[in-house]
Amino acid sequence: MGNLIQPDMFSQPYMQNALLTGSIAALLAGLVGFFVVLRGVSFAAHALGQIGFAGAAGAVLIGVDPLWGLVAFALTGALGLGVLGVQEHGRDVTTALVLVAALGVGALFLALNTTYATAAFALLFGTIVGVSRDQVWQTAVLAAACVAALTVLYRPLLLATLNAELAAARGVPVRLVSVLFLVVVGVAAAVTIPTVGTLLIFSLMVGPAAAATYLSSRPWRAMGLAIGLALAATWVGLVVAYDTGWPIGFIISTAVTVLYLGARLLGPRTRRRPEIAAVY
Amino acid sequence: MTELDWLRQYVFTPDMFANDQVTNALLAGAVVSVVCAALGYFVVLRGLSFIGHAVTDIGFTGGAGAALLGLNALWGLATFCVAAALGVGALGDRARERDVATGVILALGLGLGAMFLYINTRYVNTPFTLLFGSIFEVDPDTTRVMVVIGLVCLAVLVVLYRPLLFSSLSPETAQARGVPLQLVSALFLACMAVAVAEAAQVVGVLLSTALLVGPAATAGYLVTRPGPATALAALLGVLETWLGIDLAYVSYYWPPGGKGWPVSFFITALVLVVYLLARLIRPGFRRHLPMSISQLPNPGAMPTPGARASCASPSASAIPAHRQRTAAHLREA
Amino acid sequence: MADLAAAAAVLHLDRVALSLGGHPVLREVSLDLHAGEFVGLIGANGAGKTTLLRLILGLLRPDSGAVQVLGRPVGRGNAAVGYVPQKQQFDPETPLRGRDLVALGIDGQRWGIPWPSRQRRRRVDDALRQVGALEYADAPVGRLSGGEQQRLLIAQALLADPKILLLDEPLSHLDIRSASEVVRLVARIGKARGVAVLLVAHDMNPLLEAMDRVLYLAEGRSAVGTVEEVVRTEVLSQLYGYPVDVLHVRGRILVVGGSEILVGGQPEHEVHAHD
Repeated sequence: MGNLIQPDMFSQPYMQNALLTGSIAALLAGLVGFFVVLRGVSFAAHALGQIGFAGAAGAVLIGVDPLWGLVAFALTGALGLGVLGVQEHGRDVTTALVLVAALGVGALFLALNTTYATAAFALLFGTIVGVSRDQVWQTAVLAAACVAALTVLYRPLLLATLNAELAAARGVPVRLVSVLFLVVVGVAAAVTIPTVGTLLIFSLMVGPAAAATYLSSRPWRAMGLAIGLALAATWVGLVVAYDTGWPIGFIISTAVTVLYLGARLLGPRTRRRPEIAAVY
Repeated sequence: MTELDWLRQYVFTPDMFANDQVTNALLAGAVVSVVCAALGYFVVLRGLSFIGHAVTDIGFTGGAGAALLGLNALWGLATFCVAAALGVGALGDRARERDVATGVILALGLGLGAMFLYINTRYVNTPFTLLFGSIFEVDPDTTRVMVVIGLVCLAVLVVLYRPLLFSSLSPETAQARGVPLQLVSALFLACMAVAVAEAAQVVGVLLSTALLVGPAATAGYLVTRPGPATALAALLGVLETWLGIDLAYVSYYWPPGGKGWPVSFFITALVLVVYLLARLIRPGFRRHLPMSISQLPNPGAMPTPGARASCASPSASAIPAHRQRTAAHLREA
Repeated sequence: MADLAAAAAVLHLDRVALSLGGHPVLREVSLDLHAGEFVGLIGANGAGKTTLLRLILGLLRPDSGAVQVLGRPVGRGNAAVGYVPQKQQFDPETPLRGRDLVALGIDGQRWGIPWPSRQRRRRVDDALRQVGALEYADAPVGRLSGGEQQRLLIAQALLADPKILLLDEPLSHLDIRSASEVVRLVARIGKARGVAVLLVAHDMNPLLEAMDRVLYLAEGRSAVGTVEEVVRTEVLSQLYGYPVDVLHVRGRILVVGGSEILVGGQPEHEVHAHD
């Protein structure tokens, strides 16, 4: 066991930062992911990741901290997708086209940038190096904002997810709530991307939450499980990436797949979606 | 510089046709667009946009793996695409659960692909090429292969057409009539995988969805019949691809100069813009059916979980005039 | 005498029984359906109505008993059995006209692309005219109301020239007026073409004026006969296995068990009126 976790890992500043941002990202992704799976908007979440990618690539091009490009584009993208009504069935096409166009824009920015190779790889598949202490603080602030927003949105969101007409009848501004939720997802995606890469958003945001729904049908428990699984996968990723230098995205996605399959095959088969009747 | 000269340099250069790579790219692009348009109609109808996207992403793993082994990436890509499509098809019908499972596998595949790229130190450009396409570097042999495979795909689609349409629209009735739903679905998914793998040659793995669903969805907004919609989609796809190739060619002179902008950017941007335009200006059917419109669901309403579409049942607060007309029609018949 | 009746029957169910997942869904259901007859298959949700339909379509095999169409055992793809599925959700942007959906009824199960011909078009137009859908046949299916789509599906089923028409809950999402229209339409077509109609519903009230007989399903047990014969407190209490009441309220029939309305509940839009 001693060989697996090298002792000097925690004394390296860049690893400390990576651990912190990774943990925050995993926590946020697990939490937000629970709602993403519940509402069935995982494709839109994936799309927001790609839109963020374009922003990050653009930021790198003009020499700005990629995180701000990520957040700016993800926010705009969330508003845009919300306005276009992508949470309704049949709008999958719109989500797909926006997603792909964002990747195209990102490709453009990367191509115009002469040093794209390593930046591209890191953006697409995640990296553990190059995380500054400032970024840790920025990530923490963004995550806190997301959690705060989710706390406010919690009940109307659940109600609207389970029965939109009932929610509307109770006075919930359903459209506004869904757009706000997408914004939260966008910011969460922006926070998650530096660790796991834009292409692998699924592995932190959707995988652990999906696994959790196979393990427990009670919402709070499922949320906790989602966060726990996401953290576990991230830490495994960080440790192995530090040891071997392999792309962290690969390790995390593999770990999450194992967890997901395990939960799906071995978990209690009762309900696949948490029972939220207690809320109202 | 006169206006014509400016146009010739920055917008459209006729002598680009003299360039073999360009003509090859135009041919490859056209082939891919036509095949994708034909399949795209059903991809949109069956709501498989996400699956189509996931399939190419997983195909990326095959392409990267093949590149690692020194093989032609196209074969690895195509194989993995087909395998992914069939695998996802086997995941079953419950859309949401299937989408989540697909997403997890997608992430796994991409992660694996990242690993292959990481190990592969030979070709620095492979990631960019695989992911974002390199249409100008497609060699004529590959184009020939693409034409043949494309024709095979279209032939299979022609044979599949009726049962596929039937099972897409009325699956229970089709099943009752003896249509083998699983077989039809599997064959279609395999075709879709091949089409999207071909598209990946042009615009890369990440962006092939644009060619698969974009033109078809755009045409669907403008035309209501399967045949004409597919024809329009093919036309749109070819035009968008050719325009993208043209702009990529002349973008060599655009800022920052000396470096062309990626074809995939132009194509995906064009596809999205044209699609949004079609959505905006789509011909309303109000002229023919004034009363049906009043029964359309509220566009802001959220679907309840499990509901397949946003088309809710109409409320009958007022009896629309055309219903009374229909009742009279019946009494006469 | 009974054999003669059975021989003339278009659909012959003889003590059909089926268990799914260990639960008996159908216990010895028998029915003889004749040409031009209109039978309502009534029961609460989960009573086994859809299962029975699937048996008739040859998609399920009974554990015991016989299912025969036109004197022969059923199989998949029997053209004599027309099927109108439950209302489907079409995306409003579905690029398909009403008549394209209907045309699938001719030969949608065959491979290849249909060759457009004047005869095909005439057949489709005829079917559309019969169901009163000709005026909106060229509209996109996704933009039609539930009742209009239902008519298209009926036309689709009629194109195969069936001897039996099975309708799976066609009235569930319709308001009262559309529901009666559909019932009247189906009854008229059935009589005119000599087609036996089996219409599944969980509310028998829209069917009262058109039904010749009713097949009532409860707890897997069945009773067949006219409404007067079957829908009575004694008969239904036997079916359900516990006391139920048959109430006649302002021309509507409600079957009430305890405090629950088992069959014949209020139509959807009235429920939300006072939220």
